[in-house]
Amino acid sequence: MTPEPHPPGDSADDLPLLRRAQAGDYAAFEALVGRLQARVYGVAYRIVGQSQDAEDVVQQTFLSVIEHLETFRGESAVATWVLRIATNFALKVLRKRRGLPTVSLDAEDTLAGVPHPQYVARWSEPPEALLERAELREQLDRAVAELDDRHRVVFVLRDIEGLSTRDTAEAVGISEANVKIRLLRARLQLRERLTREFGDDTTRVFPDHAHTSEGES
Amino acid sequence: MTCEELLTALNEVIDDASALALYREFAEHLTGCNPCQLVVDNIRHTIRLYQAGEPYPMPAAFQDRFHDSLKAKWKAKFPDAVV
Repeated sequence: MTPEPHPPGDSADDLPLLRRAQAGDYAAFEALVGRLQARVYGVAYRIVGQSQDAEDVVQQTFLSVIEHLETFRGESAVATWVLRIATNFALKVLRKRRGLPTVSLDAEDTLAGVPHPQYVARWSEPPEALLERAELREQLDRAVAELDDRHRVVFVLRDIEGLSTRDTAEAVGISEANVKIRLLRARLQLRERLTREFGDDTTRVFPDHAHTSEGES
Repeated sequence: MTCEELLTALNEVIDDASALALYREFAEHLTGCNPCQLVVDNIRHTIRLYQAGEPYPMPAAFQDRFHDSLKAKWKAKFPDAVV
């Protein structure tokens, strides 16, 4: 099982801060911003791909939080609610950039044509060792930036931020089934890319059944 | 279970450890199929790398502008508030 990227739900301190903010306590609101702004910026940066637009998303997000403070009823974690708002603004940036309506970001994906793994090998080092490499962040950023917008957004919310499938679906405005398909595509593409960088070529295997035949085990 | 079927069900294998118990077929397939086992391991490593990354630092030059805008908005919403 993959580890949780963040504590389950969100920190127990977020909700009391939000409740105090709802009562007009600015210090509590600032404290909440301080707790969440790095995550919001990270989501925004990964989705929109550059700092200026990411800053705008952060600012719009927290201004919107102020505007709609009283609408938070606690049905989700505070961080999840804020990340949903941020995702909405980040998607607007992408749509505006494309000069297109929402169609291409909202369209249903299918499992048809899901790319089969091509380069299959054991990684030469475990993730913990790779994390020590100075150039790792750049490698990871490059790989995630190469994903299609639709797949990148879902990967960021599900696998990096740890949102549930349902929360991701609500944030992006797609079905849960579509979230799962996009996540699968994102994971497979990133796996392929990173395994070509980190794989030990001497351990490479060539599936003789091309991952398609019946009766293989 | 074929490799193709496992591929389409990868999310369950990756996201839910109990899936291996629930879907014995997955486990049996992985035991007998080194390529699929490697693919699952690769994906777990990939996710681990992204989850372990340090947060992006917000540009310092943005902080002042950001907090000024928040204060202005707060004052508009709560005119009597001390900010």
